[in-house]
Amino acid sequence: MTVSAPPAPSAPAVAPSRGSRFTGAAANYIDERTSISGLVKELGRKIFPDHWSFMLGEVALYSFVVILLSGTFLTFFFQPSMTEVVYNGSYVPLKGMQMSAAYSSTLNISFDIRGGLLFRQIHHWAALLFIAAIGLHMLRVYFTGAFRKPREINWVIGFVLFILAMAEGFTGYSLPDDLLSGNGLRIIDGLIKGIPVIGTWISYLLFGGEFPGTKVVAMFFSIHILLLPAILVAALGAHLLLMVINKHTQFAGPGRTNDNVVGVPILPIFAAKAGGFFFVVFGVIVLIASLFTINPIWTYGPYDPSPVSAGTQPDWYIGFADGALRLIPPGWEFVWLNHTWSFNIIVVILVLPIFLAAVAFYPFIEGWITGDKREHHIAQRPRNAPARTAIGAAGVTFYAVLWAAASSDLIATHFHVSIEGVIHVLQALVFLGPIIAYIVTKRVCIGLQKKDREIALHGFESGRIVRLPGGEYVEVHEQLSDYERWRLVSFDEYEPLMIRPNAQGRITTAQRTRAALSRWFFEDRIMPVTKTEIEQQHH
Amino acid sequence: MAKNTLSTARRGRRHPLATIALIVIGLVSTGGAYALFSSTASANTPASTTTATVDQGKKLFAANCATCHGVNAGGVAGVGPSLYGVGAASVDFQVSTGRMPLANQGVQAEQKPAQFTKDQISALATYVASLSPGPGIPDAKYLKGNGNLANGAELFRINCAMCHNVAGAGGALTQGKFAPTLSGVLPVHVYEAMVSGPQNMPVFNDKNLTPAQKADVITYLKYLDQNPSPGGIDLGNLGPVSEGLFIWIFGLGAIVGVTIWIAAKAN
Repeated sequence: MTVSAPPAPSAPAVAPSRGSRFTGAAANYIDERTSISGLVKELGRKIFPDHWSFMLGEVALYSFVVILLSGTFLTFFFQPSMTEVVYNGSYVPLKGMQMSAAYSSTLNISFDIRGGLLFRQIHHWAALLFIAAIGLHMLRVYFTGAFRKPREINWVIGFVLFILAMAEGFTGYSLPDDLLSGNGLRIIDGLIKGIPVIGTWISYLLFGGEFPGTKVVAMFFSIHILLLPAILVAALGAHLLLMVINKHTQFAGPGRTNDNVVGVPILPIFAAKAGGFFFVVFGVIVLIASLFTINPIWTYGPYDPSPVSAGTQPDWYIGFADGALRLIPPGWEFVWLNHTWSFNIIVVILVLPIFLAAVAFYPFIEGWITGDKREHHIAQRPRNAPARTAIGAAGVTFYAVLWAAASSDLIATHFHVSIEGVIHVLQALVFLGPIIAYIVTKRVCIGLQKKDREIALHGFESGRIVRLPGGEYVEVHEQLSDYERWRLVSFDEYEPLMIRPNAQGRITTAQRTRAALSRWFFEDRIMPVTKTEIEQQHH
Repeated sequence: MAKNTLSTARRGRRHPLATIALIVIGLVSTGGAYALFSSTASANTPASTTTATVDQGKKLFAANCATCHGVNAGGVAGVGPSLYGVGAASVDFQVSTGRMPLANQGVQAEQKPAQFTKDQISALATYVASLSPGPGIPDAKYLKGNGNLANGAELFRINCAMCHNVAGAGGALTQGKFAPTLSGVLPVHVYEAMVSGPQNMPVFNDKNLTPAQKADVITYLKYLDQNPSPGGIDLGNLGPVSEGLFIWIFGLGAIVGVTIWIAAKAN
């Protein structure tokens, strides 16, 4: 390919400039002492395929960096103590009030430390964005089947990161010790106390006595700035490392196979782009933080167990849990064996972990049902896995209904409906919504597959009507190019598993269940267009 | 041509502003005469004025309120409550904020433009107050907004925030009822609402919250109205719900837009 040019008579490029000599020497110095060149060569050649949805994880990563930077600033001024002090700062409506040192120092950060309010708002907005980006990233990985072998472990690590991020969010939300965070903690306290037998003990252990106690802010502070971030960074490292080892998935396309990755290398293109993208994310967060108030702790006032404000909600990522509590009908508690059994709470603390566990272990569940042990490096289009996409849509609907229930009061006031009506509709939707979503999504997927098949075989309608010499009118179908068709025809074909007897010649119940589930997964399916079909069509 | 004739005709008969001038003169003279009459009357015989106002109020009441509240304001079972003892404060609040007369029977009377003039409202209030004693129109000294701000803020959080939200943005009640937003509500109406307990609001009588404490609450509400959020645009003061919606729609929306742009450039 490259044609070597004859050496030029005078070779001026041979003598390196002073600058490049220095760079070379410095690089050599470092390499001789760290042997880093191997790593740089390896990492620098890692390929990233280009698709916008592959950058959502990056958004999460960059918001996390912003959170670390802004959070470090906040630790310089925050006092994690519930000692009572008298506020004497600049915010007049709270002057002379008794409050905890934590709340007072948060007010000082907001009003008396230069740039403090901006940093607080950056930290909080970045946290909301962090978890939202994680959520969207998880949805992308789920719906494209990018969690399949060999990436199941990395899915679980990602799930752990999601839970850690929520825990980080919740502990951070509780630190300022304002009315809103105190109300949030009170709900957690109620949840814990609802656990039979051990609930009260755990609550007393957590709060160091009767709620709210005087210890929880200091403890949450250590958890928030030390314990959780350490685990989070470690898990994040493992997540990224596994991504490098497993290589990135890519969408099907000409020249893109299960055995290669087509895209740009980290060095220099991807690194430059990613660096730029980091600053874009940082910039968007700072812009939002400088223009929009988040968590105006000064209007909430210091925590006091008696008042509760209308419209008290957790931050969005805890909303689904709050909504689940709001959807439980009244009267689900009774006295048995001289103990109160609060099923209004027990049901929530059973159902939510089951839902989360289903998310965490989904790759293994699907792997078992499909019996697919192959490695997959091509991301699927959601329509080509109708059952999975439909299950995902059902899960998203379930989550969304719980999430909406957390804002039932605001839905009622803003749409002029009664709050009981909103709750009853959502109670019905939490059961019916996922079923409807499942059926509709599956039908839509299969319909789209049929359309793809039609287009791959017959081309698409051009809108041009031609009259043939015999007098017949036909619409001309425009054929796809081979490149375009590739996207439509290259997906795997699955069939329901057969029930097979095991080595002892017996058919176990597990086998039957698996076959039944597999039938449910793959019974309705559209076969990918084969090469023969395309060739037949052309002749 | 036609235009020209029209303007000459107009000029020929009278000045274009003549009609307006005539109306102004008429209004000023009538109003002036009325003001003169009523002020002299009130200066000379205060007792008879009250009777006059009470009579006027009674007529207004019979014409506009009696259908639901009964001819003698004793209430109509299942339609409207008795107004004995509600006092002038309640009438002034309900009628000045347009909640009464009721637009339609619903879960809650909604605010709308007032249907009566100040004088008519005052006549109605005087009439209802004359039937049976009740809380009166508040003294202007409590409405200036110069009370104790920090105390008012604390009282507001303890007594009002559970329905009206800590920032006075309003909130939901049962069966489609709601606590309205308090931003932009006149101090006199805030005070009257506290003493009369309109709709679903409890009464905060003078033993519960002293007039000075009510003045403190008004001071805090005035402060909230006059001081925008130090953090920037407040997103309706609705708390984490509006923040969450904002970051999903605008924050993540903007960033996803950027990712699409970056990926598209590379292709």
